[in-house]
Amino acid sequence: MNLAAKMKLVVVGNGMAGMRTVEELLKLTPDLYDITVFGAEPHPNYNRILLSPVLAGEQTLQDIVLNDLAWYEENGIRLHTGRKIVKIDRKAREVVADDGAREHYDRLLLATGSNPFILPIPGTELDGVLTYRDIYDTERMIEAAGKHSHAVVIGGGLLGLEAANGLQLRGMQVTVIHVMPWLMERQLDPTAARMLQKTLEAKGLTFRLETHTESLLAGVDSRVRAVKLKSGEEIPADLVVMAVGIRPNTTLAESAGLHCSLAKPGGVVVSDTMQTYDPRIYAVGECANHRGIAYGLVAPLFEMAKVCANHLAHFGIGRYVGSQLSTKLKVTGVDLFSAGNFAGGKDCEEIVLADPGAGVYKKLVIKDDKLIGAVMYGDTMDGAWYFKLLREGANVSAMRDRLMFGESNLGDTGHQGENRAASMADSAEVCGCNGVCKGAIVKAIKDKGLFTLEDVRRQTKASSSCGSCTGLVEQILMFTAGGDYSEAPQKKAMCGCTDRTHQEARDAIREHHLLTIPAVQQFLEWRTPNGCASCRPALNYYLLSTWPKEAMDDPQSRFINERSHANIQKDGTYSVIPRMWGGATNSGELRRIADVVDKFKIPTVKVTGGQRLDLLGIKKEDLPAVWKDLDMPSGHAYAKALRTVKTCVGSEWCRFGTQDSTRMGQELERALWRMYAPHKVKLAVSGCPRNCAESGIKDVGVIGVDSGWEIYVAGNGGIKTEVAQFLCKVKTHEEVLEYSGAFLQLYREDGWYLERTVHYVHRVGLDHVKKKIIDDAANRKALWERLQFALDGEPDPWHEPEKARVDLKQFIPIVATA
Amino acid sequence: MSFVAICRLEDIPVLGARRYQRDDGKTIAVFRTASDNVFALHDRCPHKGGPLSQGIVFGESVACPLHNWCIGLNDGRAAAPDEGAVERFAARVVEGVIELDPWTESPSTLARAAD
Repeated sequence: MNLAAKMKLVVVGNGMAGMRTVEELLKLTPDLYDITVFGAEPHPNYNRILLSPVLAGEQTLQDIVLNDLAWYEENGIRLHTGRKIVKIDRKAREVVADDGAREHYDRLLLATGSNPFILPIPGTELDGVLTYRDIYDTERMIEAAGKHSHAVVIGGGLLGLEAANGLQLRGMQVTVIHVMPWLMERQLDPTAARMLQKTLEAKGLTFRLETHTESLLAGVDSRVRAVKLKSGEEIPADLVVMAVGIRPNTTLAESAGLHCSLAKPGGVVVSDTMQTYDPRIYAVGECANHRGIAYGLVAPLFEMAKVCANHLAHFGIGRYVGSQLSTKLKVTGVDLFSAGNFAGGKDCEEIVLADPGAGVYKKLVIKDDKLIGAVMYGDTMDGAWYFKLLREGANVSAMRDRLMFGESNLGDTGHQGENRAASMADSAEVCGCNGVCKGAIVKAIKDKGLFTLEDVRRQTKASSSCGSCTGLVEQILMFTAGGDYSEAPQKKAMCGCTDRTHQEARDAIREHHLLTIPAVQQFLEWRTPNGCASCRPALNYYLLSTWPKEAMDDPQSRFINERSHANIQKDGTYSVIPRMWGGATNSGELRRIADVVDKFKIPTVKVTGGQRLDLLGIKKEDLPAVWKDLDMPSGHAYAKALRTVKTCVGSEWCRFGTQDSTRMGQELERALWRMYAPHKVKLAVSGCPRNCAESGIKDVGVIGVDSGWEIYVAGNGGIKTEVAQFLCKVKTHEEVLEYSGAFLQLYREDGWYLERTVHYVHRVGLDHVKKKIIDDAANRKALWERLQFALDGEPDPWHEPEKARVDLKQFIPIVATA
Repeated sequence: MSFVAICRLEDIPVLGARRYQRDDGKTIAVFRTASDNVFALHDRCPHKGGPLSQGIVFGESVACPLHNWCIGLNDGRAAAPDEGAVERFAARVVEGVIELDPWTESPSTLARAAD
């Protein structure tokens, strides 16, 4: 490797923001830069937000190291600890350290963090007066707690309360002085704050609210002796911790003439690409001012790191557009969560649940049918869920009546109905798919320094299969890594091959009339030569659904089931489900099925939940002959496509039936079969409100009533049981076809790959669907026509394999001819 | 090393695979990449024995159809954080014909490291 040819990256600041950026950069281009890091502290990078558990004696300093010295060495990074950069010479492109050493840079990354704010009062220079920022401060506090007994914490915000709690646990008498009328006023409303205060008072802390400090008084040996208030009162103190806020550390940037914000909160001004006014110099983390905001929590800094690394790596895509914040107090035994605009205001509505006796308080703030803020005290198990709704800007009108009771009220399967991560035992299984218990997740988060859901998925596999335990895993992250863990970003890239979202890919395909996967990948600048197993099937679907009859199917970009037109089983054999229209069959079909079972020695025949017969354990080489002998259409049971239309017998036989549901179901199935979709699609038609076909949990559920048909959409009987929502009531069979078809075409055109109708409708809102289908008759008819156009002449892959581009050679293994 | 001709290059779709069955019943998956390189691996994912020949091929990797483990075609190793490896076989293209050495198994990289 030629080191001389490498560009030089110098990082000033060895904290979480700087090192996260370096980690992201190494992931993208491990060899682009020769990297040098300067850190003022004498330690490798550690997890600053876990200083509170260290102070409280719940973790050790060793536990919170994120990158040990070996990591720097392994990645060829030169680390200078305990060395402060005092000057940037932008002309010569050099930084100068306090010992006079100079280092040249091609790119410079400033991650100098912030400084604690010191009140401009007399006495702050006395011994025993500390701020709360780093390992040094923490060690001094632990030391003081061993020798002295009276502590005063000035500042009743997040940091102040965590410091107070830690000192109290270490045996000190602690008084918290706060100028505002309630604690944590930036995160809590007065009600929640008062409940918090009560809990902390019960633990032994003393509070002085709306109280101003005038000076710190010296004792005999220049050590602080007391805090003097404006009222003249003195509070004895051997230790004073000042936690009244932080200011971005911009001394270095200002001395180099980089533009810094003069207005509060200060900070080095950066663009959406994290560049300062000198384009060779980037800034991330607490020292940066982005769109007028300087962030002091960890989640935004991770999002900044990602964007910054992308630009440092010369990929040039991705913008940082600001972050939504959530807070959780890291005080054991205190459950508190806050996010977004919890104070409300004009045009906002509030839903409040208060049970002071049980110590539970929840407030949700809603504006324009969206959740914009939440404060919770005592019961925060749905904090992660509310935060997700908030970040996604999801329309909550449909679940408004249940919103307050949380996600658990909406029913998940797979973890024994457990919804409270905090109260789960370490041995309790969290992820039922991959068999991951809570203890394993907690251990991975602590040992490997994980902060994001993605990290946990990669390392433990938890929540990486069906995803039903995602909420639980997020809660565990919150409890373990602290409240300001980083959730998956709102703008989620399709996969590791790109930073583009599913929506961006869909839009580009439509707007620019792209017709092949390579064309899309080139247009959107894919990083990999031909995508991966996750983006290729999605792109193939988007092309086919956007440009039917124009874009060509690419079978090699389909999952094996859609390439071999049968369901792969755990032993590598396949299962085959022939189509039975509306679940009805006859003696001829049953006889042929029986003959096929005998002829091919098929070991298992099973009735499915969708009213079909599943033939399991077929060798791949037998598939074409099985299809031919069955002489029935493909059931598409293997595809992201219309699976089945389940029906009850209806008015033809049933003494309660009001409508001919079997015939309606068969008409729907004949109109919609061969319809590929973002995910599988299941329909049902019931002949009366007794609803024996279970229409309430289907993607489209139709229920016959005396005067016509009711149509329900976006139900789901899977991981999360979701009841379908009422869409409309119609009179005729033709209308059922048109409305159902239009809904499915809307989903086909707008849905993201692997998004079921329930998630699609959650995302866009039922009102959007109604506007497109119910209110706009012309649009409904156009959708229905587009669906019919797309399906017209589509081949049955079992019986027209050439037309369906089925690679028939795949069924014949090459056998050794020895 | 003894290579046998098994099929023509175009008998395997680009970014696709075919199965070669040895007379002792062992199945070898033969892959073709976008740049027309060919690779051969034991058709058995180190995770739960899934048939790798049925997976989606991308770059120089294949995603197992059962649980999406990604196996490197060149080294037979599972991509991190999964751990495991599968035996490799030598394969090449000679004048448009794919040749395979089905009886010389290169131990997987992992197995070698464990020796």
